[in-house]
Amino acid sequence: MVQHTQELRKLIAQALPELDVVLAWTSGSNQLASAPLFITAEDDLDKLDFGPMHVQNLAAYLPSLKGRKVGIVTRGCDSRTIIELLQEKLINRDEITIFGIPCTGAVNIRKVREAADGQRLRSVEAGKDIVSVTTDEGVRTIPMQDVLMEKCYNCPSQTPLIHDHMVTERNGCHMTGEAPESTLDKLDAMEPDARFAFWEESMDRCIRCYACRNACPLCVCKDSCVAQSRDPHWVDLSDNPREKLMFQAIHALHTAGRCTECGECERACPMGIPILAMKQALNRRIKHLFDYEAGMDMENTPPLFMFRQQEEHIKERDAR
Amino acid sequence: MSTVRFLKARDIAPWLEELSRDFTVLAPAQHGSSIVFREFDPARGIELSQLSTTPAKRALLPPCETLFEYETTKTLEPPYKTSIELKPTLPEGKSVVFGARPCDARAMQIFDRVYNGDQVKDPYYTARRDNATIVTLACSEQEEACFCDRVGGSPVDATGSDILLTPLKAGYVAEALTPKGEKLLKSTSFMKAEGLRQEALNSRNRILEQVPERSSFLDMERNLLSLFGDLGFWDKTAEACLSCGACTYLCPTCYCFNITDETRGESGRRIRTWDNCMSSQFTLEGSGHNPRPSKAHRMRNRIGHKFSYYPQLHDKTLACVGCGRCVSNCPVSFDIRNAVACAIQQAGAIQEQAHD
Ligand code: SF4
Ligand code: SF4
Ligand code: SF4
Ligand code: SF4
Ligand code: SF4
Repeated sequence: MVQHTQELRKLIAQALPELDVVLAWTSGSNQLASAPLFITAEDDLDKLDFGPMHVQNLAAYLPSLKGRKVGIVTRGCDSRTIIELLQEKLINRDEITIFGIPCTGAVNIRKVREAADGQRLRSVEAGKDIVSVTTDEGVRTIPMQDVLMEKCYNCPSQTPLIHDHMVTERNGCHMTGEAPESTLDKLDAMEPDARFAFWEESMDRCIRCYACRNACPLCVCKDSCVAQSRDPHWVDLSDNPREKLMFQAIHALHTAGRCTECGECERACPMGIPILAMKQALNRRIKHLFDYEAGMDMENTPPLFMFRQQEEHIKERDAR
Repeated sequence: MSTVRFLKARDIAPWLEELSRDFTVLAPAQHGSSIVFREFDPARGIELSQLSTTPAKRALLPPCETLFEYETTKTLEPPYKTSIELKPTLPEGKSVVFGARPCDARAMQIFDRVYNGDQVKDPYYTARRDNATIVTLACSEQEEACFCDRVGGSPVDATGSDILLTPLKAGYVAEALTPKGEKLLKSTSFMKAEGLRQEALNSRNRILEQVPERSSFLDMERNLLSLFGDLGFWDKTAEACLSCGACTYLCPTCYCFNITDETRGESGRRIRTWDNCMSSQFTLEGSGHNPRPSKAHRMRNRIGHKFSYYPQLHDKTLACVGCGRCVSNCPVSFDIRNAVACAIQQAGAIQEQAHD
């Protein structure tokens, strides 16, 4: 077993008697599948595993566990979600114990599949700089740099920004080299018509499962979501791209200035629809207008949570 | 004896184009990073190399179906009475589903018992069903998440298909299993191939030999029911679940729906759309009470329905065909195979305790 996993297990074992549950990762039915692990007894620790193939943002479970003593294993990006949740008082700091672990990046399994040219994946193993994939045609190595989650290319901190315990057996290593062209880059280069056509085409395959919404740690309306509400009746249930896009637009607006770009919405989408780009686009505006990035500073207030008579970066009549 | 023909791989597209004149042809096609069943479009081609992300069920149960259209008129003077005019809309036209897998075809029979049963016949469903021809492609192997063999099927099972295609080197042996299938095989796209009957059978047998020996999920409907009151078990099972419903929308056997009126101004349509038991709204009552308030309750329903109540009502047929779509597409890697295996084990333990 890798040393950092061993250290992580030790840290959790020590703290476990004081905690109701600790959130960590395990591997699913095969190595392609990462699954959240809910540790309540020392036996569960045997299943704990952590590496680039372990991808879920576990902070998404925290609001539903409010009121209990919860431990959580946390990478840099997840810590931003925790900070945002704390800022919004959706969780209490004294109820959570953060086990920080420096991160070396998370793998986007869809990109691995693409890199394997549609060959069926038999197994995947993630090393430090490479991912080795076994397909029917043999073993193939892919540079890690090509198959990371989008958030990892411009990750502001691979070490958690807040933590109570820290795994020291591991150093986060920052990626070198250029990020591949993102969906947002591609969209930016398009004329508005083409951009709309892109979304119509993409949303056409949306099955309305709302995995994007349910995986998002910052979706807070719970069972009163506009997607299902009949009053107000902003989204109807017809199966057409416009209605589906309408929901995505609402989700993006509801997370504007709060979204930490953890990418869970897009990762969870079973149809591989690149919906993160919408959130990134709005976050860019937020950065431009308010010079604000979500989840970086616990003492700060998200810009759309407050009112200033005069915004520093918004000149009157130039509020573009 | 049924007709056997041969279809060269390169003749598939022309054949589907020919069919498109008289039928709505649904076939799996690459769409972004997914493979979806959609209306055949020669420009997009077809994708048969892997199990499709979405099942073929939309041919019989579309994600959104108009039940009728309506238009309201108000009198201009008191008492401002409203009259309503209804326009029925039954589905018309014939369809062909090309490239369904054996699990997809079997799944359609699971709908039949519900929507086309002795007591209730759903006119929309039966109209689509009667007009649909299912052309199934036998699988060359089971994929990672597949477990059709554990729920009463197999990678080469022909149940529910009108034509079964068996892949050989340069193309497919097509065997008609029903009169509907016979009709389609009349096309000139096919070559004569009576002699290939045995070769196709041999090939299917070779595929069957690859299926591993493993425990079956049949005949456990009562066991599972004994676990119904153990909410702790279901809590643990469902702890990571996001209640999203991706599993049920991608499931070829899930058939629950919602009905809404979508009005624009004076007119509108009553539509029936896919619904799913993993969402909290599914059982939310008008009073505000929800008999399935937690994801544990809802997971219990999903598994209970497929492996216990449905088989109890329908001659032990499971309402899961083992396609594995719910396993490979769940954002938190929930594995229904593990859950069912754990449930069998747990139910066994309960029974043993009772005997002690
Ligand atoms: S965004 Fe940063 S912390 Fe998060 S997975 Fe990627 S590299 Fe790790
Ligand atoms: S909108 Fe998407 S990227 Fe943003 S916080 Fe929610 S899941 Fe993460
Ligand atoms: S997760 Fe994907 S398919 Fe499901 S509702 Fe969201 S965008 Fe649509
Ligand atoms: S099992 Fe998975 S796909 Fe199904 S509702 Fe739960 S999280 Fe969503
Ligand atoms: S429950 Fe899962 S494996 Fe079974 S038929 Fe549905 S999607 Fe396929």
